[in-house]
Amino acid sequence: MPSVYQGIYSVHVTENIFIGPDDLTLEAQQYTSQKDDGDMDTRLKLRGITKRYPSVVANDAIDLTVLPGEIHSVLGENGAGKSTLMKIIYGSVKPDQGQVFWNGREVSIANPSAARDLGIAMVFQHFSLFDTLTVTENIALGLPKNTKLDELAKRIETTAKQYGLDLEPQRHVHTLSVGECQRVEIVRALLTKPQLLILDEPTSVLTPQAVERLFETLRKLASEGCSILYISHKLDEIRALCHTCTVMRGGKVTGTCDPTQETAAGLSRLMIGAEPPAIKHVERQPGATMLKVNNLSLAKSHPFATALSDICFELKAGEIVGIAGVSGNGQQELLAALSGEDPRADSAAIVLQDQPVGKMNAAGRRLRGLGFVPEERLGRGAVPDLSLAQNLLLSHQTSETVNRGFVRFNAISQIAANIIQRFKVKAGGPHATAGSLSGGNLQKYIVGREVMRDPKVLIVAQPTWGVDVGAAAQIRAELVALRDAGCALLVISEELDELFEISDRLLVIAKGRVSPSIKRADASIDQIGLWMSGLWEQPPAATTTAATPVEVSHA
Amino acid sequence: MLKLEPRTNPSVLMSWMSPVFAVLLTVLCGVALFLSLGKNPLEGLEVFFWEPISNLQGWAEVGVKVAPLLLIAVGLAVCYRANVFNIGAEGQLVLGAITGGWAALHLNESSTGGALMIALVLIAGMLGGMLWAAITTILRDRFNTSEILVSLMLVYVAQLLLSYLVHGVLMDPDGANFPQSKLLDDGFLLPIVVHGTRLHLGILMALLASGLGWLFLSKSFSGFKLQVGGMAPMAARYAGFSSRKSLWTSMMICGALAGLAGVCEVLGPVGQLTPTISPGYGFAAIIVAYVGRLHPIGVIFSSFIMALFYIGGELSQSRLGMPNAITGVFQGILLFSLLACDVLIHYKLSWRK
Repeated sequence: MPSVYQGIYSVHVTENIFIGPDDLTLEAQQYTSQKDDGDMDTRLKLRGITKRYPSVVANDAIDLTVLPGEIHSVLGENGAGKSTLMKIIYGSVKPDQGQVFWNGREVSIANPSAARDLGIAMVFQHFSLFDTLTVTENIALGLPKNTKLDELAKRIETTAKQYGLDLEPQRHVHTLSVGECQRVEIVRALLTKPQLLILDEPTSVLTPQAVERLFETLRKLASEGCSILYISHKLDEIRALCHTCTVMRGGKVTGTCDPTQETAAGLSRLMIGAEPPAIKHVERQPGATMLKVNNLSLAKSHPFATALSDICFELKAGEIVGIAGVSGNGQQELLAALSGEDPRADSAAIVLQDQPVGKMNAAGRRLRGLGFVPEERLGRGAVPDLSLAQNLLLSHQTSETVNRGFVRFNAISQIAANIIQRFKVKAGGPHATAGSLSGGNLQKYIVGREVMRDPKVLIVAQPTWGVDVGAAAQIRAELVALRDAGCALLVISEELDELFEISDRLLVIAKGRVSPSIKRADASIDQIGLWMSGLWEQPPAATTTAATPVEVSHA
Repeated sequence: MLKLEPRTNPSVLMSWMSPVFAVLLTVLCGVALFLSLGKNPLEGLEVFFWEPISNLQGWAEVGVKVAPLLLIAVGLAVCYRANVFNIGAEGQLVLGAITGGWAALHLNESSTGGALMIALVLIAGMLGGMLWAAITTILRDRFNTSEILVSLMLVYVAQLLLSYLVHGVLMDPDGANFPQSKLLDDGFLLPIVVHGTRLHLGILMALLASGLGWLFLSKSFSGFKLQVGGMAPMAARYAGFSSRKSLWTSMMICGALAGLAGVCEVLGPVGQLTPTISPGYGFAAIIVAYVGRLHPIGVIFSSFIMALFYIGGELSQSRLGMPNAITGVFQGILLFSLLACDVLIHYKLSWRK
């Protein structure tokens, strides 16, 4: 690359060379026709990409090379800098330093539309679709005004069929399942004939069966020469799908490898610097029923909520019950109804230690032995601007902490200091603000805060979401220890592996309904995956052979 | 291009220095204003910042203005910390003046006053302010209306109501048809704190309110709940703190204090009901509350500054021939300077191409 081009060779020059989003007549020859000089061998090359934010270096001298037709995974924990790197490639974040080479030419990608003009497409973790519009209309929104809808519908159909994606262009988005919504996003990306497709954690909203179908599409796409950047922290998926794997940790690249040749433990070591310790699981005889949910039904509180219908289950002392499910199937609503944040349920629908509590607020239920760790740590489980000691008062509201209406500041500092010490929270002390802690440390503090209350029933949502592996293992061990001490635990998580690791029994939530419970020892990932589609009424024999499960409804 | 970039660690010191800088900026703008009007800026500053406090009488007059400003600002600080944006304290003040004044005029027919009578009248005033605040609160609580709009609109309703009353049933029959009530007997007026001045008991009540407000917000569990509701509503629901209770508590505290400020004006410097019982104390107190960092002790200092502006504004009319609007101009500059300084606590300016 002659240095004279550096910095001036912007996308505006290159957009005439490559196709734009409206120029959909060019076909796949793009993928093969332009190998004329040495650098052309690479589709995308990043050299020394650095992005600093006020508090953190998100990307520190990142090098990354993606070849044409390669499925390249970027593996890393939450906060490793994967998303920032993808945003830089997609033009929505500008790097402070470093060079980006696209098909051998240095480019500076000013914004996402420039990235699309180059042939870079991205499917985000969270969809940007309008529920009230059809598939075709949604896709047309990103295209020039003079696009004819009927022609576009045909193009959508052809493209979808070509890659084995079932999609009906006339359907309204609100009738689609989450998996189908993702297909809309993928087809939208494919219509621009991308040379590089970026997928950000695409499987977090999919059932295990839908994941397999997504992989088939991606393999086909790659075989035609389109490069794929696949962002994930799930080791098994990467080993099954990807050709190359770049591992990031703390904003740096810690290694590049062939994932098919590596063990999961090896990848994990690259990702977190250590192997996660295993949890010992001992069968125990559960005790008395502590929490009973009887035919809990709740109407939607807002149009995009999920209604709960006829939920029944029991939670006994000394057991961990896991609730699996694809996000948006009523987990939020169920948690709020159980915790007392949403006191609209029938009084008798939720029975806590033989006492109907459906209409009681969170403080009342807490006095009766309930503990709750919400999935949002900042703003719900803790107030970011308050100190850890003050945040203790959110759930510790007894005479120990409040005396005649006045806060006992010495007492709360002491308890907070104890939690910090016992749960190994890295914090500046009880007076550090909650917002100053990292996600994992704050989660340890919140779990510790609830454990210290010695609850009879503890409900935990996404216990290890966005938490580094070391802290996650510690949190899981604490939960198991609490179970062994006789507490009844309900854990809601989207990570199936985690539920299988710690639960005694499993439930599945789908479309606002909850499945019957199944012993963990009797459950298989396949079966739970099928149940996640809402199909638990089928005889179990059918589950092993069912090829095309109906998918989960999109909230 | 100039850009605002978020700071990693907003300085705590600067969040307290920001009001100081804002006052200094306001003074600078004042100098520019005086210069552009062809006045001697030094003379102008002297009128605003020295003359009001050059003697005991001046201090007392400042205290007379501080009393209502401080009472209301403490109430507003409680409201704003609970994220309840009550900007209608002026209306609550007027209602307090109406109910308190009415009670005083009524009682004055059969009594010559005394401590008990004054206490009754003060309570009547507080109830009036609470009643006015309750209208806003009920609408917000039951129908989720914006308390900003409702409380603001109720200010004008209250002012018109006062005007209607002093033009009608409460008008002094021997008052030559002036729109004002009878003068109250001395037994109904608030005791004077510093002999020979107009400084009345209201200033002590205001300082007491400030102390109690600090105790409530910083030490009590109810105050904690209220602030959690303001900072993170989801966390409040998680903790089981009632948002309705916070709304009602904060609005009632503010209504009572604003009503008290109103009735203290009637029983203090004014001595009767007139159509313009307040020179905008309820609105000025919003600025006072923010300049005082929504801290019940901090507002003591900011209400002092605001009182200086009021007196300086009056003096500059007679001494320098400045227009009546000068007080409002200074209030506005102070608020804008504060907002500008506050932005720079959390952001830094940088030049990027």
